[in-house]
Amino acid sequence: MTEQKQRNLSIIRGGLTLLAAAALYEGLARSGIFAKALLPTIPTILRTLIDMIADGTMLEHSAYTLYRVMFGFLLAVVFALPLGILMARSKRVENFCLPLISALMPIPSFALVPLFMLWFGIGNLTTILIVFYAATFPMLFNTWAGVRSVNPLWLRAAGSMGADEQRLFWKVIIPGASPFIITGMRQAFLRCWIAVVGAEMIAASDWGLGWVIFDAKEFLNADVMLASLIVIGAIGFAFERLVFGSIERATVLRWGMVRATKS
Amino acid sequence: MQNAATTIGIAAAASGRDGEAFRERLRVVWRNTFPFLVVGAIWEIVALTGVFPRQLFPTLEQIATSFVTLSLNGILLHHTVETLLRLLIGFGLAAACGVGIGMMMGRSRPAEDSLLPLVSILAPIPGLAYTPLFLLWFGPGEVSAVLLVAFVSMFPVIYNTWTGVKAVKEIWLRSAQAMGANNQRLFRTVILPGALPYILTGLRLGLGQAWRILVAVEMLAAVPWGLGWLIFGAREFLNTDAMMAGVIVIAVIGLLLEKFVFAKLEHYTVVRWGMMGRT
Repeated sequence: MTEQKQRNLSIIRGGLTLLAAAALYEGLARSGIFAKALLPTIPTILRTLIDMIADGTMLEHSAYTLYRVMFGFLLAVVFALPLGILMARSKRVENFCLPLISALMPIPSFALVPLFMLWFGIGNLTTILIVFYAATFPMLFNTWAGVRSVNPLWLRAAGSMGADEQRLFWKVIIPGASPFIITGMRQAFLRCWIAVVGAEMIAASDWGLGWVIFDAKEFLNADVMLASLIVIGAIGFAFERLVFGSIERATVLRWGMVRATKS
Repeated sequence: MQNAATTIGIAAAASGRDGEAFRERLRVVWRNTFPFLVVGAIWEIVALTGVFPRQLFPTLEQIATSFVTLSLNGILLHHTVETLLRLLIGFGLAAACGVGIGMMMGRSRPAEDSLLPLVSILAPIPGLAYTPLFLLWFGPGEVSAVLLVAFVSMFPVIYNTWTGVKAVKEIWLRSAQAMGANNQRLFRTVILPGALPYILTGLRLGLGQAWRILVAVEMLAAVPWGLGWLIFGAREFLNTDAMMAGVIVIAVIGLLLEKFVFAKLEHYTVVRWGMMGRT
């Protein structure tokens, strides 16, 4: 069998499974074994999704969630990148921070939600701080590892060619550590995206995709829930593939730090 | 670290006494405790000044007292045992299903083609987002919590097992076959050991994910016992000290899971078989 034929077969099989899964779900939903409210049919879910997009509520929820994620994520970047670099460059900072980080890292961000709710109340501040907490550690760890793993040969070579501290930093250390840093950001974003949904369920006010799912449970609106799930999945997927994919292409791939993977 | 360790060894051997090594070890202990002392002192000062109400920002003594009382009367232990049990069952399910599905996807092309689209659609949705749905379908309580943990932690296991099986070198398979290994032997002695480093990575990631999700699920799923519930319930009564005690136990368990369970497992299998270097 040729490669092309094999690929076509793969696509057909994949499509068939998806169709079969959808048909199975639709059959179950229509059979009436389970309550309609709990297991809405696919057209109902799609109609809810379209309605919610059309009247703007879905956009507003998404906007709130994205705002929280972005704010927390940026805070984490601003905090974790310099600290990670500092830790890798100075033994004293590393000695001080590393034990603290190893103690804090195993605490899941959700475990802090109740505490933060007491301290900062319900709403944006708590959610943003939880996102910040969730994003900080992967970023910190990867930056630290990245800067440490810069080939000492490059540093010495640049040094002997007369690069000063500043040039060394921008021209050698940052590009050298960039694959790690970007991996760190990617991991951090995934964590953030999970954390924001959880934090919104427990500690959000009136808006946010996590909140909408949890709120829909109270009114048995399984269609709203599933519609929001689709949106959450789609946004997460888009960020992972489009945003981080293009950042990677613009930086580390272009600088030749990692080879492009064939996809 | 490695360098330090060898220098210590050499120094100790050269001087012929343990004094130097002992002093070095003390220095390491001091280096690791010093940051905690600083942070603890800052915490204590802030708590004592009363800038924040004592109820919300307890002193270290209060946290320690509540930790000790909760431990002594067995409440903390009960919460911990329930949480660990849930983690064990949920993650056990995930490991069994995940490795099974991953193996199937790695070995058979039709299985891969038909399962991959489903997996890649379901995996990127954050696990917690499924919580309300599971609560609706399976009702609040034990079943939802365990199933959710299993469902969420299954994906990293599937992905890594699948990659691992596909990463087994073709030449190993062919040479084993040429030497007359039947399918069963091929699987047990070539594919499984070959894929194991990946599978273990997947299990490790899955366990981490299961642990993070479990804490949140316990808050949302109205289970009667569990560390997540402990800290969530403590909020209602402003028991910040009990909450802190719960967070400490959660951190310790998380650390132990990562450091001991998987490091040991890795040591006994892949490192011993020479699939991976000693770290």
